[in-house]
Amino acid sequence: MAVQKPKNLQEWMEQNVFALMFGTALAVSVATIVEIVPLFYLDDTYEHTAKDESGNLKSPELLWNRGDKRLFYKDESGNWVSDWKAGDGVRPFTPLELAGKDIFMREHCMYCHSQMIRPFRDERERYGHYSLGTESIYDHPFQWGSKRTGPDLARVGGKYSNEWHFMHLKRPQDLVPESVMPAYPWLAENSIENDFFNTKRDMKARLEAMRLMGVPYTQEDIDNADEAIKGYTEMDAVIAYMQVLGTMVKLDDNKVYRE
Amino acid sequence: MDTVVKPQYNDGVVKAFTLAAIVFLVLGTFFGTYAASELAWPFLNFDTAEITFGRLRVIHTNTVIYAFGGNVLMATAFYIVQRTNGRPLYSNKLAWVQFFAFQIGLLLAVISLALGMSQVKEYHELEWPLDIAVAIVWLLFTFNFTMTIAERDKQKVPHIYVANWFFFGLLIMVTYLWVLNGLSVPVSLFRSYSMFSGVQDAMIQWWWGHNAVGFFLTAGFLGIMYYFVPKQAQRPIYSYRLSVVHFWALMFGYVWLGAHHLQYTALPDWVGSLGAVISLAMIIPSWGGALNGMLTLSGAWDRLRTDYILRFLIMSLAFYAMSTFEGPVMAAKSVNALSHYTDWTVGHVHSGALGWVAMVSIGAVYHMTMKLWKTEMYSMSLINFHFWLATIGTVFYIVAMWVSGIMQGLMWRAYDDYGTLAYTFAESVAAMHPYYVMRAIGGMLFATGAAVMLFNMVMTIRMANARQTQLAHA
Repeated sequence: MAVQKPKNLQEWMEQNVFALMFGTALAVSVATIVEIVPLFYLDDTYEHTAKDESGNLKSPELLWNRGDKRLFYKDESGNWVSDWKAGDGVRPFTPLELAGKDIFMREHCMYCHSQMIRPFRDERERYGHYSLGTESIYDHPFQWGSKRTGPDLARVGGKYSNEWHFMHLKRPQDLVPESVMPAYPWLAENSIENDFFNTKRDMKARLEAMRLMGVPYTQEDIDNADEAIKGYTEMDAVIAYMQVLGTMVKLDDNKVYRE
Repeated sequence: MDTVVKPQYNDGVVKAFTLAAIVFLVLGTFFGTYAASELAWPFLNFDTAEITFGRLRVIHTNTVIYAFGGNVLMATAFYIVQRTNGRPLYSNKLAWVQFFAFQIGLLLAVISLALGMSQVKEYHELEWPLDIAVAIVWLLFTFNFTMTIAERDKQKVPHIYVANWFFFGLLIMVTYLWVLNGLSVPVSLFRSYSMFSGVQDAMIQWWWGHNAVGFFLTAGFLGIMYYFVPKQAQRPIYSYRLSVVHFWALMFGYVWLGAHHLQYTALPDWVGSLGAVISLAMIIPSWGGALNGMLTLSGAWDRLRTDYILRFLIMSLAFYAMSTFEGPVMAAKSVNALSHYTDWTVGHVHSGALGWVAMVSIGAVYHMTMKLWKTEMYSMSLINFHFWLATIGTVFYIVAMWVSGIMQGLMWRAYDDYGTLAYTFAESVAAMHPYYVMRAIGGMLFATGAAVMLFNMVMTIRMANARQTQLAHA
């Protein structure tokens, strides 16, 4: 706009600092509005809200239909279990997984390990079905990453045993000699109940914050959140987080989820 | 008599920002070299949480971008705004407050990142208390800069000089980006969660991410270019018209590009394609700007032989032109399919960061050092030595990353005769080793150059101070 009529407008802005500020603010806002705002209201931003021509949801099965099922609870023998099973659909993280994601974030794992499989044949064979947006709707913040110094982790859940992860995180080169990953021996020594400077890792506050942002935790989930990480180490939490990655949805190879 | 005619500038605070910038340049490039070495020789992590690659990489990026880049921008902005408006700063006191608040913030930033307090948004890691503190410092900066221009003598200086426009672009857009991308819900003093998730979070993050490059690392440094290249060459800028087009095209166009970081991801395809198309178009204004700087030298090219500072400035424009060509190529979908997730991206960032941002800053800082302390440099040949260390270091770095990045991309998608993947991921990691070593050497050369510069500056300042005491005694 300003470029087309440089004589007057340009002159004016060169002489009036506030006009220049206003013009600049206007110029930088256009793309911001055009590219970001629609993502908040278009149905096909996410696969579970995308509709077909007759207006029906194309893939509502991607989300866990929770009903009055429980996300996590203690069974008679005192173990934490869930009514959700792998493949039932995208669900919020359990407190232990969420705490594990905290550790994953503290160590900046995402800066070397993406969680976003692209729709290419080689990525399919190496990592699995391409990632869907719906799979990260509860990810505050998202963990897609931008670099693969190590392999993608979007579907790492269930690929290796807990013992493998434990040994690998303690000393990666013991299992993968070529690896350039740092060792994380302290994870096995630190209790997940403690946060920075030995303050308490307040899972209740974390789940409440998530609920505030639209993650569907129930009051019962929130009340039991602190209890659910008792007695675990940081290592347990990170492994719990990694073992759920990519296991939430069961994807149909013949279905087109995304154009 | 000179003092009567010349306006009194507030140069004390500019000196402080300048020195801080070079100290952080040395630190930041050293951190980077060490992080690069950890990838070449993983034992260097020493099982110490604070220096593991994940944390050190972030300390490196924050030190070079905000501590070095931020201090350079603040030094040059205050230097330029006073001289192009013929008056001292609106508030010298406020500028000093900004200086100390910023340095304390940076120190806390390094400590908190080493401890692992991080929002984990790339290039926007600082947790919310520091995040807010930085925003306040930035607003102080914006206010002081704007008011210095607003209260200029409009009879003497009717027009706002072009370098200042680019600083405006920087100030406004970075405020906008920093605030929107930083929106989060705190759950403790040390942890907050992004208010956005999934696709929207990804788009907002890369809208921020690419514009941090476009505005923090480009617009502001173009402001530096528009002042210091003509000054050092002692010739007016090649074309005023081109700078008008350059400015508005950059302001309007750059903002679209973020989406090209998310091609073939779960981001709706239309956004990524839009980003890619406009990325291609951005070659034109970027090259227009680079040419505008370079052609300022037409008729005076011989000065490159003798003027080492001019060499830094012109070499920086060459790298600017190179990386603004490489960027759109990498944004093209078919290239991006190969280059994304590889070291090529890292190389591209460094050809911009080392070749363009650091070199134009270094040129400007040498120029300012002589003016601010009213002296010649302690050693001109050390500047030449620095120039070659920096140039060769940068070339080493980016060549290593080109080879390793393209090789990674090709290895990941290679098939053998039986139609199965030819290489395991671990094999691709092993193949990177020689290039990671080469990259670490490149970084080492660049960091050594920075140390040479700091030495040269300290000696220059000592020389200037000694001369002043002599004069005072005489």
